[in-house]
Amino acid sequence: MIYLDNNATTKVDEKVLEEMLPFLREEYANASSMYDFAKKPADAIKKARVQVRDFIGAESEKDIYFTSCGSESANMAIKGVLDCNKEKKHIITTKVEHPCVLNTYKYFEKNGYEVDYIGVNSQGELDFEELKSKLRKDTALVSVMWANNETGVINPVEEIGEYIKSKSPETRFFVDAVQAAGKIPMNVKDTKIDLLGISGHKFHAPKGVGVLYAKSNVRFTPLIIGGHQERGLRAGTENVPYIVGIGKAAELAQSALDYELKEVKRLRDKLEQGILKNVFNARLNTSISNRVPNTVNIGFEYVEGELILLHLSDIGVCASSGSACTSGSLEPSHVLRAMGIPFTALHGSIRFSLSRFTTEDEVDFVVDKLPAIMDKLTSLSPFQDELAELKRRKA
Amino acid sequence: MWEYSEKVLDHYRNPRNVGKIDDADLIGEAGSLACGDSLKLYIKLDGNIIKDAKFLTFGCGSAVASSSILTEMIIGKTIEEAAKITNKDIADELDGLPQEKMHCSVMGHEALEDALKKYYGEDEDIFEEDNNYSHSGDKIICTCFNVTENQIWEAIKVNGLKTVEDVTNYTKAGGACGRCKGVIKDMIETYLKKEGQEKELTPTQKILKISKVIDQQISPQLQKDGGDIELVDVIGNVVKVKLVGMCSGCKNASMTLKNFVETILKDKVDSSIEVEQV
Repeated sequence: MIYLDNNATTKVDEKVLEEMLPFLREEYANASSMYDFAKKPADAIKKARVQVRDFIGAESEKDIYFTSCGSESANMAIKGVLDCNKEKKHIITTKVEHPCVLNTYKYFEKNGYEVDYIGVNSQGELDFEELKSKLRKDTALVSVMWANNETGVINPVEEIGEYIKSKSPETRFFVDAVQAAGKIPMNVKDTKIDLLGISGHKFHAPKGVGVLYAKSNVRFTPLIIGGHQERGLRAGTENVPYIVGIGKAAELAQSALDYELKEVKRLRDKLEQGILKNVFNARLNTSISNRVPNTVNIGFEYVEGELILLHLSDIGVCASSGSACTSGSLEPSHVLRAMGIPFTALHGSIRFSLSRFTTEDEVDFVVDKLPAIMDKLTSLSPFQDELAELKRRKA
Repeated sequence: MWEYSEKVLDHYRNPRNVGKIDDADLIGEAGSLACGDSLKLYIKLDGNIIKDAKFLTFGCGSAVASSSILTEMIIGKTIEEAAKITNKDIADELDGLPQEKMHCSVMGHEALEDALKKYYGEDEDIFEEDNNYSHSGDKIICTCFNVTENQIWEAIKVNGLKTVEDVTNYTKAGGACGRCKGVIKDMIETYLKKEGQEKELTPTQKILKISKVIDQQISPQLQKDGGDIELVDVIGNVVKVKLVGMCSGCKNASMTLKNFVETILKDKVDSSIEVEQV
């Protein structure tokens, strides 16, 4: 099996699992308890908080809140901040956010908020000028993802933060960094980011644990109300093994960052160039270099994405598609539509996302096998004249 | 991951009859590139028999499988036989499709319909023999996916659809902006109302049915307790019965009548039935 869907989820690093196991077995104490038996779990949480602090470059470990997933982190940030600034009813976000963020804003839109959705250009780059023009004194929150999950395009969150704070210091800035974590350097203390969310399973921790970072001066109400945990802002008995897991995964991702930026990128580029060279109907959906190093999104013209995925799966290759048919939603990816990807390539768009565990052999295998699959699938297409034209142009 | 049947897997992996027939007698088309799936069906005739059929499809695994099996289903059939094939037949032949993928079978059927229309000529519509819901069936209801009123009527009728979500799964209508959902809901209600009227029994049919239900379902139960029931008369929706044996004079008799006899008759025959003891 060749796993090239690491933006969907990643495999748990063995070292992460090792670190977690004692807390699933003998060290089962509630970290809040008073006896000595609770000391190890309590210390382990402290350690994880420091590991995450260093991973995202936060000022203090007190700014780190453990959650259950990226969606919870996003909900906690958005709902928490809006609840504390009820007099402001304006929000700015982008058209290409992850559904967990986008649908939260749709919810607020239905409940009396005004939301501006900023567009992107054909390469997936955010229209910063449009964002600037929408910022108002009563803007409660600006919300921009650090990197896009489908295209890998990196948004200039540092510049956006500077701009927001220079014009409207009271406006809060939330960054969904789920797809940036472990792929590019992050140093939140050097930015004007107020809140930031990450998810463990995107960087080799298990599913079921995430983090919300909130700068110390940012007020927000809790999403889950209850006990004193996470400084009273996220109740629920601490999920010690998973918190230990995300801490270890953060440490490992931090030390693997150089490898990610050089070697993973080299393999990604090799895959990208190999496919574009060998497959005549392949078209790069975004070619900008300002992308996370592991992601490539390619549209295969006049062929439908689910069909490609099924044939890839038959040879043991896992990837994902922005096509309508894979989601059951009938509509293709909102990200690719916002970019204005032509219909000819939109439905046949495939995302390959690598990780530090991807090997050169795996990349070579895909580059080698894909042309035959695409020959078979294009022979099924009713658009034979258009395909012949593409082939002629490529030659 | 979709739950595809073995047959669907086989047909998308090894599609049958792929390609074009250069001297095809009939060509049918359905869907569009913009909507995410499209199908071209080529038919070669020998008299009124479909001698050969081929297809080219842009679409997902189930769209390819639906097209592939459709060609197998129609080869060797007469035009008249092929015209009887519904989208449900296509899905059944594939051992079923996931609900959300039923529109793939509908696309197959539409391409077939489009091809056969060319055989019969545009005016003669063999498919909508009792389409008296509307005289403007070509009107587009869902502008996102270009779905016509007739396509929706047909899907509701053939597949017994009862919710807007069903209609979206089968025809895609309402699956994007959702603005036509209200119209679809009205169409379903209109259809169900008409369906209900058609099913209304004549007085004789009703009496026969009541008698049958009493004999087969109610009486055996009462006999177990040493009692029984006799049908005396039916006046409108009032069913007059007589409890006999252990049931006659039983202090729970009125409860038996209301909770047991009447409930079953309401359920099986007509919801407005009332039961009275004579």
